[in-house]
Amino acid sequence: MLNTFMQSRLRGLVVLALILIILPAFLGNPFHYELVTQMAIIAATVVGLNLLVGFAGQISLGHAGFFGLGAYFTGIATGTYGWSSVPALVVGAIVVGFIAWIVGRPILRLKGHYLSMATLAVGFIIAIILNNERALTGGPDGMPVPAFEVFGWQLSAFGSYSLFGIEIEGFQAWYIFASAVLLVAVWFALNLIESPIGRALRSVHGSEVAASVVGVNTAKYKSLVFVISAIYASLMGSLYAHFQGFITPAVASFEFSILFITMVVLGGMGSTFGVILGAVVLKLLPQVLADFQELEHVMFGLILMLTMIFMPKGLLPTLTAFVSKRMRKKAGGEA
Amino acid sequence: MTALVEVKGLDKAFGGVHAVEGVSFSVEAGQVYSVIGPNGAGKTTLFNLITGLYTPTKGEILLNGESTAKLEPNELAERGMCRTFQQMQICMNMTAIENVMLGRHLQLKSSLFTTLFRLPSLRRNEAAARKRAAELMEYVGCGEYLDTEASAMSYGALKRLEIARALAAEPKVILLDEPAAGLNAVETAALEDLIRKIADQGTTVMLVEHDMKLVMGISDRLLVLNYGRVLAEGTPEEIRQNPDVIAAYLGG
Amino acid sequence: MLAEFLQYLFTGITIGATYALIALGFTLIYNASHVINFAQGEFLMIGGMATVSLTSMGVPMILAVVLAVILAGILGIALQRFAIAPAKQADVVTLIIITIGASIFIRGIAQVVWGKEYHVMQNFSTDQPIEVFGAVLNSQSLWVLGIGAILVVGLVLFFTKTLIGKAILATSMNKEAARLVGIRTQMVLMLAFMVSALLGSVAGIVVAPITFTSYDIGIILGLKGFVAAAIGGLGSGVGAVVGGLSLGIVEAMAAGYISSDYKDAVAFSMILLVLFFMPRGLFGAKVVERV
Repeated sequence: MLNTFMQSRLRGLVVLALILIILPAFLGNPFHYELVTQMAIIAATVVGLNLLVGFAGQISLGHAGFFGLGAYFTGIATGTYGWSSVPALVVGAIVVGFIAWIVGRPILRLKGHYLSMATLAVGFIIAIILNNERALTGGPDGMPVPAFEVFGWQLSAFGSYSLFGIEIEGFQAWYIFASAVLLVAVWFALNLIESPIGRALRSVHGSEVAASVVGVNTAKYKSLVFVISAIYASLMGSLYAHFQGFITPAVASFEFSILFITMVVLGGMGSTFGVILGAVVLKLLPQVLADFQELEHVMFGLILMLTMIFMPKGLLPTLTAFVSKRMRKKAGGEA
Repeated sequence: MTALVEVKGLDKAFGGVHAVEGVSFSVEAGQVYSVIGPNGAGKTTLFNLITGLYTPTKGEILLNGESTAKLEPNELAERGMCRTFQQMQICMNMTAIENVMLGRHLQLKSSLFTTLFRLPSLRRNEAAARKRAAELMEYVGCGEYLDTEASAMSYGALKRLEIARALAAEPKVILLDEPAAGLNAVETAALEDLIRKIADQGTTVMLVEHDMKLVMGISDRLLVLNYGRVLAEGTPEEIRQNPDVIAAYLGG
Repeated sequence: MLAEFLQYLFTGITIGATYALIALGFTLIYNASHVINFAQGEFLMIGGMATVSLTSMGVPMILAVVLAVILAGILGIALQRFAIAPAKQADVVTLIIITIGASIFIRGIAQVVWGKEYHVMQNFSTDQPIEVFGAVLNSQSLWVLGIGAILVVGLVLFFTKTLIGKAILATSMNKEAARLVGIRTQMVLMLAFMVSALLGSVAGIVVAPITFTSYDIGIILGLKGFVAAAIGGLGSGVGAVVGGLSLGIVEAMAAGYISSDYKDAVAFSMILLVLFFMPRGLFGAKVVERV
């Protein structure tokens, strides 16, 4: 029974759910909840980005552009035009998906460094537009975003709610909501990877020639995964905007794009749970390093370099390889 | 009877160098058709042209009477053509059986919705594809590797895996580019049996190969290339007695 | 009309020459090791900042420049030796992240040592602008162009006339073959990073009087240099120069005639346009994929 569970394809998802259920026991104050909620939203974004980078092998250095577009679409639609949150979220995702499809088609013909250059450029252009269209976006000063709202019911970090008769605070409600979203995002990603579509995506990474001679339309699949990862980013950008209550063009910035891709690479490209770990580590690190005050950036850069030099496969894959090697050794020793 | 693959006046130049020049031949359905010739004779270039990886400078290729000029490799696959490579193209980021299941890509259409929710129809199709892939791996002789990471397999096993992947696509014509390269005598003998089995089941086989014994034994017809041009074409018997071929191979 | 046009042209060529030097630095490292060095902009920052701080400590200008360039060179060697060389089996993306880590690290140190303020550097010669057909030319622009031209000529001579230059070229074409004929490729790679750092720091020094300088100036200049290198086609020296100059000119024209708000967007729109039509840039090598 336990054994079959351990081999099931969803065991990672179950473990993640358990962690998310137990975690509140260790969260002392609203600030902790805020941090963990941000982590969950950003983790879901990089799970989507990992489909593109880790599985299909296509680099994007501009994904914050799509995240930022989602955030601003929600901000403008709900704030300026009084839309309800869900339609704003959905229409925003469709628009962003469409934009990704349009720019993706010519860009994805590019390879390697040219692709990273082009995606970087797309991200930059989006950030510059958000910065300059002051009438719509409020420019560099940013804009406020109303609380998340469905049919008049509001989810605000400052509200208080009752869940199955238990009184909870707004920041706790947001934590539960973001955790559920992360689990669904991971479940979709796992389903996608282990399917004919997922194999086609991975074959684009493994050998584009092999993929094409067995009938995979590589251009179509690259486009598809680019759009899917952009939609992940857009949806999470929308949620992030609601949760923060205020957004600035920094959400679409080059630095944010780099943060996303770093989470993927540091956590482990092609490992869904690895990139979640990457998101957690890179969100926590600045908190820990804040004690070093002005040396914060020096330490951050140093840790980033050292980790990538000594664990080029990323944290989780390196860790699992290490553990299974130890276990095999142990098993071998006993035999 | 029309030819399955027909090549007419094919030319491919890289810069000023003609890798393939004025090549014409046709392959009937059900044949084992081999292309031989010394290194640099243009054999692999010819295969790359036929499978749509290169665009011809001049000339035409017909698959089942249809011109392939505007078709991408994946569209040729949809029309029943599949191949292996001299420098193996295996997806090292997958397990062995996933590589073979990739070969069933065209038979496994599923919508994004079905995929995201992993609906029962997808699970059924996946199970069936996995079973078929396992059978094919058994058939080509690498059945013991099912869930092994491709990156952990031996050279010979990978060569067979690549053939299994091509067969999984259920092609009408399969092109094998030097399948015996790097194999020992026992493995080559097993390969010969395998190619016979494939041909006996009605799949047309096109073969680029250096191993003369293998080629002469299993081919219905042969094409001999030299410096990109056709030196001779015919049955193994005719080729063996062709003075030009003898001069090229023996006279040096 | 003409005066306005000339004014934008001067601005464009000056900043374009700087982009060209950064792009050449990218090209050099890319050719030798196929790494895109996202820390390239930090060499400029180091050049400018070190010169400013040394002169403010009373070191004579010439000596300050030499010391700054040497510092950048050492940094280039260290980057290759301690960050790139140990990760030789790593993925393209992993290497990108390593160089990004390096740039954050270098920037962090600069911030600790020199603070976050903008620093001003004096023009090399007169502050008196030169007037040409009604347009005003900053005398420092002539320094940028002159030194840029000297560096380009120097690089050409270095690669065609010197044994070391030829060794770098050989290593970039075929590392194994280079090793077989006795070239110490590790040495060559370090050298490529060093030369690239020298180029960057000199560019940073000559342009500092025009742009001012601060600890974070390397980010955007480095990216523009990368854009210039990609426009020209990664790996092409001619491409880097043409890409740099054309980027500078187009940017200055767009800022002048269209809108300065979208000045930075010009570079990124330009690279997208170029890549749509020429996926390997203007002068990038065509490759036939062998299978």
